[in-house]
Amino acid sequence: MSLSLQEVEHIAQLARLDLSEAEKARYRLQLSAILDYVAQLQKLDTASIPPTASIFGAASPLRPDEPRPGLTRDELLKNAPEREAGQFKIPPVFGDGTPSAEE
Amino acid sequence: MEYEVIIGLETHIQLNTSSKIFCSCKTNSWEAAPNTNICPVCTGMPGVLPVLNERVVEKGVLLATAMHSQAQPVSFFDRKNYFYPDLPKGYQISQYDRPLATGGYMDIPSGEGTRRVGIWKMHLEEDAGKTKNEMGLRLIDFNRCGVPLVEMVTAPDLRSADEAAAYLTRLRQLLRWIGISDADMEKGQLRCDANVSLRPLGATYLNPKTEIKNVNSIEAVRDAIEKEILRQTHEYEAGRKIESWTLEWDEDTQTLKKMRSKETEADYRYFREPDLLPVYLTDEWKAAILQDFPELPQERRVRFMREYALPAYDAEILTSERSLSDYFEAAVKAYAGDPKRVSNWLLNDVMRMLNESGQTAGQLALIPAYLAEIITLVDSGVVNASTGKTLLEKTSVTGKTPRQIVAAEGLAKVSDDSAIRAAAQQVIAENPGEAAAYRTGKTGLMGWFVGQLMRKMGGKADAPKARAIFEELLA
Ligand SMILES: [Zn+2]
Repeated sequence: MSLSLQEVEHIAQLARLDLSEAEKARYRLQLSAILDYVAQLQKLDTASIPPTASIFGAASPLRPDEPRPGLTRDELLKNAPEREAGQFKIPPVFGDGTPSAEE
Repeated sequence: MEYEVIIGLETHIQLNTSSKIFCSCKTNSWEAAPNTNICPVCTGMPGVLPVLNERVVEKGVLLATAMHSQAQPVSFFDRKNYFYPDLPKGYQISQYDRPLATGGYMDIPSGEGTRRVGIWKMHLEEDAGKTKNEMGLRLIDFNRCGVPLVEMVTAPDLRSADEAAAYLTRLRQLLRWIGISDADMEKGQLRCDANVSLRPLGATYLNPKTEIKNVNSIEAVRDAIEKEILRQTHEYEAGRKIESWTLEWDEDTQTLKKMRSKETEADYRYFREPDLLPVYLTDEWKAAILQDFPELPQERRVRFMREYALPAYDAEILTSERSLSDYFEAAVKAYAGDPKRVSNWLLNDVMRMLNESGQTAGQLALIPAYLAEIITLVDSGVVNASTGKTLLEKTSVTGKTPRQIVAAEGLAKVSDDSAIRAAAQQVIAENPGEAAAYRTGKTGLMGWFVGQLMRKMGGKADAPKARAIFEELLA
């Protein structure tokens, strides 16, 4: 099996998933099977094939830089578990060292 | 022991496009209510697709060129995965191994010479939202989500807090010069983290570094780095080791606080963004972007010194801002005389007007041709120097040409000997005490006498002539 239990726990922690012991064992099997399959593909000799990120040759479509209205605040906040002062209200975070986008 | 300071800076630059990087929401939310510049794309609703804003690529290419980086013909976007409440999708669209540009450098002043600061990384990405703690709860505003950013990381090439400040000053100047970011640090348009370590002078290895976050001005960056250099020096002197902490600068107390250390090393699991195709920067597109690429401040500084024989000090200030330096050059062209004279008027008087009004030079009603006209009026003796200065203000307020104002308000200098002589005699008659004092040797009063005469004559008298007449009358 290509994945250790500790690695499964680490991945679960990154995904903020709280798994039971039975789930950890099950996902360890499933994730390992995926990795083993990819390992088979790795055996292919691809030395003569350029790396491919996309099967389309097309370039990214581009948008002109023109602002347009989007959602209203009420529409957005329909998805909020709780709201206050026009904002999502959530429990205090975390202190788990999760980096923010500004890093 | 003597130590060498090693500093690298990581900057985030908000590009000043009108709309966000992957959706058409407005970017400027400075005075907008929370969650009002948002849409399904930037708030991570299921089933939406990002579409790249072409101006973001264009502004990125401008920055790459200004930093001597190589803009790449093909680049990719990648997902950087992590969970945080300011990131509604659970990942940030960023770039990783195939960014828009690679390499590059910027030269900054260092002592008598310059230091070349290498660029390690330059890539495009989307900004995250804002979260703030209020009464034990967190509130989230997504307005900033999707605002275009360039992340730019320097090599550890800086050697002092002053050099770090100089780098940021030059970078901010450059960003505004090429018009890609307003680069206001207090508004978060230019953000900076500093990595700091020390090593014994002469060593070639690197010691563990600390990372300083949350510094919102160039002065704060300098202060925070200086504090950290002192702290690390004390630690080494005491025989202790430096640990790779993340430190947060507290502006109010001017101290560094250790942030909670990370329990797990970040594992961002980067992979190619499947919702976006590669960006192909064709030669034609690149040429179109760079068609009007301006002369950069550094080059212009050198040219001003060479072409106009300006001292380094003048050239430095005149090229601190593009509109000011364009203004200078236009005024020099309109004025046929010595460019240093134009520089003096700009540095002494026009800059003060700009500071007071908050305008840029390009916004002044006192256009460069009018400044040149005022200096010429003074040079040719039509008005005296102090009338010249009042003409600066009057032209700015009325928008009339200096010559029109001189004619309309009768400001032309009075050189007529008899008029000045009459006024001087009057001043002496009204102030016998001062006149007696002068005659007994208090010649320092001459300035005062000329001042009194100017008041009588509305500031229009020819000052050297007035002085000569007083000297004769008070002999
Ligand atoms: Zn949006």
